[in-house]
Amino acid sequence: MATPTLTQRLANPTRFMELSGALLPWVSAAAAVLILYAMVLVFFVAPPDYQQGETVKIMYIHVPSAWLAMMGYGVVAASSFGLLVFRHPLADVSAKSAAPIGAAFTALALVTGSLWGKPMWGTYWVWDARLTSVLILFLLYLGLLALRSSIEDETTAGKLTAILALVGVAILPIIKFSVEWWNTLHQPSTGFTASVDPSMRTPLLVSAAGFTMLFFALHLKAMRNEILRRRVKAITMAEVERSTGAKARE
Amino acid sequence: MGLGPHAGFIWAAYGAVIVVLAGLIGWLVYDGRRQTRALADLEARGIKRRSAGG
Repeated sequence: MATPTLTQRLANPTRFMELSGALLPWVSAAAAVLILYAMVLVFFVAPPDYQQGETVKIMYIHVPSAWLAMMGYGVVAASSFGLLVFRHPLADVSAKSAAPIGAAFTALALVTGSLWGKPMWGTYWVWDARLTSVLILFLLYLGLLALRSSIEDETTAGKLTAILALVGVAILPIIKFSVEWWNTLHQPSTGFTASVDPSMRTPLLVSAAGFTMLFFALHLKAMRNEILRRRVKAITMAEVERSTGAKARE
Repeated sequence: MGLGPHAGFIWAAYGAVIVVLAGLIGWLVYDGRRQTRALADLEARGIKRRSAGG
């Protein structure tokens, strides 16, 4: 018999609970240490920007939030693909768990971007391609959450949400290349490239790594909660059916 | 630590991140405890998953 792949081995929720239970404290601790270190660098080491002054400090949380807004949707879309194509038992759990976390980071990207925009651009909001496409991403996340919560049957809800998630994945390249395709007020991406001075790039990279670890920790925790919720639901339903059957036989 | 004339915007941005992420973490921890307790209650009443054995 062929040796099962890592994905196949992880398909067992009990095995996933064991593995994630062991991983979660380490991922959480890594996130806490990295974010704390990033904040020390941001507030005590990184210099003010020659144009933006101290307002550049907003970039250290805005860029990671925007990155995770997109990565979060990538996780939702990949999990949805896993559900529809491979019928992986944990794919729906992953997609369902990642959506609210991705929505939270998208909201943070919009809010921190607005709070940076007011002193730098003179306005909280402009309908330029980058800002508008990120707002659409946020609405897409809300749509996924609303669609799932409006359907009672878990299997149907999972499949329909997965279809919507895969249709919506077209927004990711639009967000990414919006600053190149259209004339936007939002500057082109410079976040992680060598064009940023190391005194600012290092805190940005550490912050992005810390926030990414935090995303994985939150996602693991949310998946564990969802597995427990499904177990509670399955046991309760089985018990109801058993007691209904027993009453009918009396 | 002086944050210049736009300090209010900087603190508001960091405040928003702290509030949203603390809310998310708090909700996940609360939800995890609630589900664990519900499962423990069912098992205490002798109702178990078929795969749980016993």
